Amino acid sequence: MNPIKLALTYLRIGVLNEMQYRINFFIQLLQSFISVATGLIGLSLVFGQVETLAGWSRPELLAVMGVHLLMGGVIRSIIQPNMERLMDDVRNGTLDFALTKPADAQILVSVREFRFWQLVDVIVGIVVISIAFIQLNGTLGILQFFGFLSALIMGGIMLYSVWLMVTSISFWVIRVQEISNLFEGLYAAGRWPVGIYPSWLRTGLTFLVPVAFAVTIPAEALTNRLTGTSLLIALGMTLLFVVLSRGLWRLGLSNYSGASS
Amino acid sequence: MRRYIDFYLATMRISILEQIQYSVANYFYMIGMITEPVIYLVVWTTIARQQGGTTGGYTVGAFAAYYIIWTLVRNMNIVFTPFGWEWRIREGQLSMMLMRPIHPIHSDVAFFAGWKFVVILLWLPLAAILSWIFKPTFDIRWMEVIVFSLAIWGAYLIRTMLLSLLGMITFWTTRVSAIFELYFGFELILSGRLVPMTLMPVWIQNLSNYLPFKWTFFFPIEALVGNLTDVQLWSGFGMQLLWIATGIFLLNIIWNFAIKQYSAVGG
Repeated sequence: MNPIKLALTYLRIGVLNEMQYRINFFIQLLQSFISVATGLIGLSLVFGQVETLAGWSRPELLAVMGVHLLMGGVIRSIIQPNMERLMDDVRNGTLDFALTKPADAQILVSVREFRFWQLVDVIVGIVVISIAFIQLNGTLGILQFFGFLSALIMGGIMLYSVWLMVTSISFWVIRVQEISNLFEGLYAAGRWPVGIYPSWLRTGLTFLVPVAFAVTIPAEALTNRLTGTSLLIALGMTLLFVVLSRGLWRLGLSNYSGASS
Repeated sequence: MRRYIDFYLATMRISILEQIQYSVANYFYMIGMITEPVIYLVVWTTIARQQGGTTGGYTVGAFAAYYIIWTLVRNMNIVFTPFGWEWRIREGQLSMMLMRPIHPIHSDVAFFAGWKFVVILLWLPLAAILSWIFKPTFDIRWMEVIVFSLAIWGAYLIRTMLLSLLGMITFWTTRVSAIFELYFGFELILSGRLVPMTLMPVWIQNLSNYLPFKWTFFFPIEALVGNLTDVQLWSGFGMQLLWIATGIFLLNIIWNFAIKQYSAVGG
């Protein structure tokens, strides 16, 4: 079966499902508003003390916040719901239902869930980015825009791959919910450019949990800091993460012993 | 009274034994939580360094001390969540608890209190590692240690009361997640979780004096790492007792109304 058609079908089902609960749109909007408000308060506390933080000005950090929000929306609408369902399926033995379907299992487990209303965070993120961009008096060249877009897409793919690897651990270890908490905690570090962190933490945020690639590098593209080299490294890392996660997933799957019920 | 003590001791023992079994999972959870204070710590020490070593009266080492003690206070602040109340009420799990001859809140308080002993034990090596990395400066008097070790339990009880009250909104409506998020947003700003309250604008500091939040976060931390006088220490603990009493009072009133709303769905 065509994987794109498969994904779109599940996407449609997800949207239809969520459309039943329209009030959730407003609830989600309020939640996004709260996280923007607390983010802005944090920024104003910082810039009440200093003019720039590690070389980043206020509107530039606003752009970082926007990208963080946008990517967070992508994680919460697609990546996290699918991976959490996968963890449950492995534990309960209900993964059998996915494995017996005539499609690539990895694709199937990655597209089954879709939280449509969480995309509000993506839209709010874009609004925040736009405001930051206006404050920066920036002009968005076509090259810069594609740099930003490709950095975002690669960042998204890397985050998905890391989630998949972490989730694959559930084939061996039972309580992985805490690992997903750990991931959420680390993703929160992306609210600030990774350059401010001490080097051991920066390395972790770059290569273990690629927050640097997912948030800081797209933000760098917007603020004219991105070099072709870092974009190339991002490409290499994306390919590496995809291959690694695929490998670990298959290894885990061969370890899966099936239904317990 | 005797039966309450027996109940508390038994429940706490069960929870200690249960949580020790899951010590790896507990560790992952605690490490995940440590990223939050480390982020704040890095941001504020960066600022302090840019300003020549101090910001708002806090040196780099004082920020480190604040956010390392933060991690223990945060762990003490973990209680049965309002989301848990929502689940309990929506799924009818509460019915079972109502059958018992003791108020359901007691089992929450006792279970999480037992868990805290495991958490404190697991926290010690984490604190050692964080201290080794971030080099905090401490200037501790023995009176501060005494009040601190009482105040973390005070914080635990205040937050239990607050979050249970919040969770009880679920008796009237099950669309509560937005209300919870709003609450957590206010708490973040007004408790000292984001930054030490003294770095906040004056009007927020004034506002926080009339609210319970700062007694669950800022006060316990400040009791140990700050330079409070004995009078300030004990009057702070007195404020905690006052908020615990207020919490118990409100909880009793609202519970009496709420329980009439409960229709025991499922269960």
